[in-house]
Amino acid sequence: MIRFQNVTKRFGEFTAIHDLSLDIFEKEFFALLGPSGCGKTTMMRMLGGFETPTEGRIELAGQDIGPVPPNKRAVNMMFQSYALFPHLSIWDNIAFGLRRDKLPKDQIAARVEEMLKLTRLEKFARRKPHQISGGQRQRVALARSLAKAPKLLLLDEPLGALDKKLRQDTQFELMDIQETTGTTFVIVTHDQEEAMTVASRVAVMDEGRLMQVATPARIYETPDSVYVADFIGDVNIIQGTAKPIGDDRFHVSWNEGQPPLTATSAKPFSDGQTCHLAIRPEKVTITTDKPDTADNAVQGKVHDIAYLGNLSTYHVALPCGTMIKAQTANTRRLSRRQITWEDPVWLSWTATAGVLLAE
Amino acid sequence: MMRRFTLIAVPYLWLLLLFLVPFVIVLKISLSDTALSIPPYTPVLDWAEGIRAFFSQLDFENFVWLTQDDLYWKAYLSSFSIALVSTLLTLLIGYPIAYGMARAPEEWRPTLMMLIILPFWTSFLIRVYAWMGILSNEGFLNQFLLWLGLIDTPLTILNTNTAVYIGIVYTYLPFMILPIYAALDRLDGSLIEAAEDLGCSRLLAFWLVVIPLSRNGIVAGCFLVFIPALGEFVIPSLLGGSGTLMIGKVLWEEFFSNRDWPVASAVAVVLLLILVVPIVLFQRNQQKQAEAEQ
Amino acid sequence: MRLSWFNVVSLTLGFAFLYIPMIILVIFSFNESKLVTVWAGFSTKWYAELMQNEAFLNAAWVTVKVAVFSSTLATVLGTMAAYVLIRGGRFMGRTLFSGMIYAPLVMPEVITGLSLLLLFIGIGLDRGVLTVVLAHTTFSMCYVSVVVSSRLATFDRSLEEAALDLGCTAIEAFRLVTLPIIAPAVISGWLLAFTLSLDDLVIASFTTGPSATTLPIKIFSAVRLGVSPEINALSTLMIAIVTIGVITASLVSKRNLARQRKDEQLAVRAS
Repeated sequence: MIRFQNVTKRFGEFTAIHDLSLDIFEKEFFALLGPSGCGKTTMMRMLGGFETPTEGRIELAGQDIGPVPPNKRAVNMMFQSYALFPHLSIWDNIAFGLRRDKLPKDQIAARVEEMLKLTRLEKFARRKPHQISGGQRQRVALARSLAKAPKLLLLDEPLGALDKKLRQDTQFELMDIQETTGTTFVIVTHDQEEAMTVASRVAVMDEGRLMQVATPARIYETPDSVYVADFIGDVNIIQGTAKPIGDDRFHVSWNEGQPPLTATSAKPFSDGQTCHLAIRPEKVTITTDKPDTADNAVQGKVHDIAYLGNLSTYHVALPCGTMIKAQTANTRRLSRRQITWEDPVWLSWTATAGVLLAE
Repeated sequence: MMRRFTLIAVPYLWLLLLFLVPFVIVLKISLSDTALSIPPYTPVLDWAEGIRAFFSQLDFENFVWLTQDDLYWKAYLSSFSIALVSTLLTLLIGYPIAYGMARAPEEWRPTLMMLIILPFWTSFLIRVYAWMGILSNEGFLNQFLLWLGLIDTPLTILNTNTAVYIGIVYTYLPFMILPIYAALDRLDGSLIEAAEDLGCSRLLAFWLVVIPLSRNGIVAGCFLVFIPALGEFVIPSLLGGSGTLMIGKVLWEEFFSNRDWPVASAVAVVLLLILVVPIVLFQRNQQKQAEAEQ
Repeated sequence: MRLSWFNVVSLTLGFAFLYIPMIILVIFSFNESKLVTVWAGFSTKWYAELMQNEAFLNAAWVTVKVAVFSSTLATVLGTMAAYVLIRGGRFMGRTLFSGMIYAPLVMPEVITGLSLLLLFIGIGLDRGVLTVVLAHTTFSMCYVSVVVSSRLATFDRSLEEAALDLGCTAIEAFRLVTLPIIAPAVISGWLLAFTLSLDDLVIASFTTGPSATTLPIKIFSAVRLGVSPEINALSTLMIAIVTIGVITASLVSKRNLARQRKDEQLAVRAS
């Protein structure tokens, strides 16, 4: 439905977007994820019509929207600051866009009521924006931008101003509303957890380039670069050289005097090529005795334990100085916790647990 | 695009025509010869004649005249000293008031603030006029002092420089108080307590902490008083005597009484040149403050 | 913080200094005697005389006319100028433009008055109400623009973008969103321009002709001859109007503040 074709955006000397191409499909919940200054907000503002691409074209439903001004686009935006009009009531805020379309009065009223119901704001219709709480303001902003039934809804850090608990509840609400209305949502966020939770597809951006576009699961399990692996969640990165041993299996030599690690990869690596093995901490098993059957096992000493309640993360120092993180679920009560500081332990993982990356 | 152009062009042209062009005219006339016709000057420059003619016919006679007749340089000098002295007096009187306001209970402050601003909204002329009845020989001040027995014969205050000082301090006091109050209001009270905790006496803490931290307010207030006081006309002409020389008054008389427009224009140009220095300093102080706040 | 005796004394003396002259002025406007410095019993006769003084009434009418026209025009131009300064982006001669906005604020009135007079003579414009209005508009639009631009600078730009996003044209966005929000600043700009115009003696003296004598010019020429009870009465009326205006304005803003506090509490409770 939306197609970016070789889009470049420059602000004076600064290039915000480098020759970027991307497709977003109908009824998708799409997230643009990246650190601040990566160009994700610029992408969104180009979709909203507040910026025009320096080069390339942006299509919406097959039509080039470059020359279309924001007030003529079937695209609505929910602003990071919510941008609720402080002098208008909640009701009038939601009706604002409908009135611009010169719809008949009863139709506007019906649509506003529908939106109020959808966002559970019926009680607050007559209040002004400063008379309601942050979470309610967020829902008003959503209702206002959805009222015109846009083909595409843009959400700029929609949950950034909410506290953590409220944010989690609202994430699910957003997903429900997206499903009910069938609108295409594009969300911009720097919070990877938020992107993973709400989106059906995620684009990870850095310095104006797309690093990877895939479903949250694929981004997490099979990142295709060290940058993405490191940006999403926690990861151990071990640098070494690859040596193919057949069947998509490789040996990774990573440290003098240590046996090579075994890993699988669908992507080919030549003999002696530099590679990075990325392993998520929860895929590393920590034991006091040497495991017999593991593909990979290394010995180390517990340096630090971070107890998070449901999980514990162990920071294990290997003799060579490398630090590896291993995570276990605390399925039992504390009494059985047998590993503690300075304990010698074994870390092990299977050949398929990690991802082998070139860069 | 057209709309943006109109939006910029309308106020721009207005200011060009009614602010900048008049100055060019003043400059031009200040370089003309005096003549006793109306308009009482012969133009040096016929606009059509072009730049070359302009420069070849320039006449600095009026400026030379300003340096020869000691009325003018005395007037500049005395304006400068009156403005300077009254600025310092305003600071001495205004600072304690601003300080008292900043230390007053929170709920009083809006009212105190309003009381400071209220005179600003009332007519300047009326405020100066109010002092005429107080300072005259049979005025309230003399009546009061005679009644107290402090003096035997009335003091002559009205139509002297003293009355001008009082007038300037009185009318410009709010301009001094407001920026100082704004600076003091932002001052964290625990800073004074910290200074006292570290061994300062109350007075020393005030000198070492409060004064330096309100410096920007002091500087802004002083310029806000000094700049308009330098060109002041109403106060010296109502409260000052024939001996009070201030450049605003000289310009007015040169223009309305002597009808010597070229000299009046030359006086204005020189006054403007004198004012450039404090105005630039003031702008720099404001900019520094704005940067510090970011 | 607590007030020390020093603070109390300086506040008391300070406010006494600011207000006693005006209080004396007001009291003696009700004096029976022609001699303004000797109390001879209560009387309102000077007010009655003032009301019959054609010259003063005419001058007052001219002044109000000038003030209404010039402050309205100055508000429109000043708001445009503020918008250009804050939102105009880059354009040719921007530095000159902002210079011309700020310069009149620090310009001695004698210079502004002189230069405008020379312009009006130069282009052959007859001096009268029109020239005073033009002169007052020019310097008070700069004050308006400073007041409005400080409000616009803190204005959340995404509000305007949201209006565009919801289908407004640029003009509709300004009319429906920007203007209602900056309205308080525009109104105080207008009030400021209005009082500046009411107050002005010097610029009006330079730019007016015999047909349009404003109140300050009239007062000035009367006052030069000395103190008179009639002027006291006139001053008292003017002080009364301003005082009522300022106190009303501050009560309104106080009430708005209190309401806003209550609303915020409501919002907290609602969540």
